[in-house]
Amino acid sequence: MSEVLVLVEHVEGQVKKVTLELLTLARKLGAPSAVWAGPGYSAEAKAKLAEYGAEKIYVADSADIADYVVAPKAELLAQLVSSASPAAVLVAATAEAKEIAGRLAIKIDSGVLTDAVGIGEGLVADQSIFGGGVNVQSRVTKGTPIIAVRPNATPVEAAAGAGAEEQVSVAVSDAAKVAKVVERVKEEKGARPELTEAAIVVSGGRGVGSAENFSIIEKLADSLGAAVGASRAATDAGWYPHQFQVGQTGKTVSPQLYIAAGISGAIQHRAGMQTAKTIVAINKDPEAPIFELADYGVVGDLNQVVPQLTEEISKRK
Amino acid sequence: MNIVVCVKQVPDTATERKLRSDDKTLDRDAADGVVNELDEYAVEEALRLKEAHGGEVTVLTMGPDKASDTIRKALAMGADKAVHLVDDALHGSDALGTSHALAQTLKKIGFDLVVLGSESTDARTGVLAAMLAERLNVPQLTFANKVEVNGSAITIQRVTDYGYDRVEASLPAVVSVVEKINEPRYPSFKGIMAAKKKPVEKLGVADAEIDAAQVGLANAWSEVTDFAAAPPRAAGTIVKDEGDGGAKAADFLASKKFI
Ligand SMILES: Cc1cc2nc3c(=O)[nH]c(=O)nc-3n(C[C@H](O)[C@H](O)[C@H](O)COP(=O)(O)OP(=O)(O)OC[C@H]3O[C@@H](n4cnc5c(N)ncnc54)[C@H](O)[C@@H]3O)c2cc1C
Ligand SMILES: Cc1cc2nc3c(=O)[nH]c(=O)nc-3n(C[C@H](O)[C@H](O)[C@H](O)COP(=O)(O)OP(=O)(O)OC[C@H]3O[C@@H](n4cnc5c(N)ncnc54)[C@H](O)[C@@H]3O)c2cc1C
Repeated sequence: MSEVLVLVEHVEGQVKKVTLELLTLARKLGAPSAVWAGPGYSAEAKAKLAEYGAEKIYVADSADIADYVVAPKAELLAQLVSSASPAAVLVAATAEAKEIAGRLAIKIDSGVLTDAVGIGEGLVADQSIFGGGVNVQSRVTKGTPIIAVRPNATPVEAAAGAGAEEQVSVAVSDAAKVAKVVERVKEEKGARPELTEAAIVVSGGRGVGSAENFSIIEKLADSLGAAVGASRAATDAGWYPHQFQVGQTGKTVSPQLYIAAGISGAIQHRAGMQTAKTIVAINKDPEAPIFELADYGVVGDLNQVVPQLTEEISKRK
Repeated sequence: MNIVVCVKQVPDTATERKLRSDDKTLDRDAADGVVNELDEYAVEEALRLKEAHGGEVTVLTMGPDKASDTIRKALAMGADKAVHLVDDALHGSDALGTSHALAQTLKKIGFDLVVLGSESTDARTGVLAAMLAERLNVPQLTFANKVEVNGSAITIQRVTDYGYDRVEASLPAVVSVVEKINEPRYPSFKGIMAAKKKPVEKLGVADAEIDAAQVGLANAWSEVTDFAAAPPRAAGTIVKDEGDGGAKAADFLASKKFI
């Protein structure tokens, strides 16, 4: 069975959930080979990757892979494609991994599909386009298919793989060392799950009214173990940091549950959350377009409804 | 500094967007064409860099005849001139083909800095800037919310999930911008009038030394095999808060096993 390369997403040595999703998906397509790029590899990471089906784990954990923007990781994958001749390369549809996929596509002269929500027979990818309005099937016709898969699109299932480790030595070329990361600035985000990975997202919009009042959104999120999102009106006003913006020019999320509070549901916001499985809206305006999408809607003042909901959730736990 | 801004015409998100039933490419007649929103931020950033460091701003777009509206808007904002890559042979190009065509054109017209939006609103692949950096063999400075140029040195803040990375490189380079980088200016009346007289050079595949075997639908590296409108969502339950809205929402969440 051909190998299927899966580029591992990791943060501070922890394997991210999307990687387990990709391994689950890869098992249907061939023999999953996890590719670890950058520092932080550990026995714990190895165990996790094997638990979810990695037959092989390629480890390239030198620092310089992560010290330059994108190019070294594309080089590493190109090297592995040439040595392993995989059936496909899967990456997460995150901003950086899509860029890696893009550069890799050129290096190995292969097609790239972004934002797949599933992969079927013959490596045909399902893509959800135009803000969830149209479903597309597409496939790569030249080279080794490179597919970026959207986080949260695949239910995770464990199934042990051999997890055979193979160290890969990469000499990052000078050409790949031209954009150097000289500082990494971590902004406070607390213990919440990451927006695109979270099973539940609670978002606030202009209706929240102020930066301070976003604490009621955060409290609801914390009661559910959810990530916090925001509409553009809220990030533009400076009430919540930009990286939490959901929508056309922000993040695309497909959680199990999306709760929108004080968000009108403009088409550009919907473009980023329309594929959520279940949508709950809280808005004081019964005509707000968000109610057209909502599985459950409460017409009311979020300052009353949200704290009550938080309290009820805490009570029922 | 010789700055080239890549600008894409996209269907207005507010209108119904479709694919064509014949060749499964974007239906450009079904919706109004507008400037890809992030590209206005790219134009603005280019203009600010020019104002600070001198030089010239050239707009580059690849698209059918009607994409000239997009060029005009960028010129009205203050760009100096434009190159319109237009040729039927380019229709249906995928990201690899588009990046090949734009890279060839950039080589031909020359640049110190290429500025793009980080993502288009129609295809949303978010790969173009990285692909151009790869093809042009210059530094990739993407997802920037801040750009600083000092002589031939260039530094950006690259937005990440955890905050940002500070990235250093030297020119020439490719930069892509996110929406929080600036606030794009509106074209003034004077700007709109002046735009009509600014030079727009039209180039075809042969003029830009584009390899015809790498562009167009037939030569794409990927294909759409099928598509259909997504089924509409079933209507939900809407209740009015009468002092118990939070509790009712909790009942709903419990019924769905979220709590
Ligand atoms: C090209 C383009 C790209 C864009 N990209 C994005 C994007 O990525 N993400 C995004 O979100 N937007 C985006 N927008 C902006 C989008 O069009 C809307 O302006 C934005 O989503 C509005 O945010 P909002 O719903 O929070 O604010 P509003 O539309 O002002 O809605 C606020 C809502 O809160 C309700 N409300 C007010 N007070 C209360 C209260 N006390 N209790 C309950 N409800 C209350 C109101 O009834 C109203 O429905 C984009 C726009 C353009 C043109
Ligand atoms: C719904 C849809 C899905 C698609 N999916 C794929 C896919 O999975 N794989 C694939 O290879 N192709 C895909 N395509 C084709 C793709 O749209 C084109 O190749 C496109 O020109 C480049 O992709 P983008 O707009 O997503 O680029 P992005 O990388 O999202 O755009 C970034 C920036 O590149 C610049 N730019 C992009 N296009 C142009 C242009 N024509 N002229 C000037 N500047 C430009 C702009 O500054 C823009 O802000 C898809 C097209 C559609 C309509």
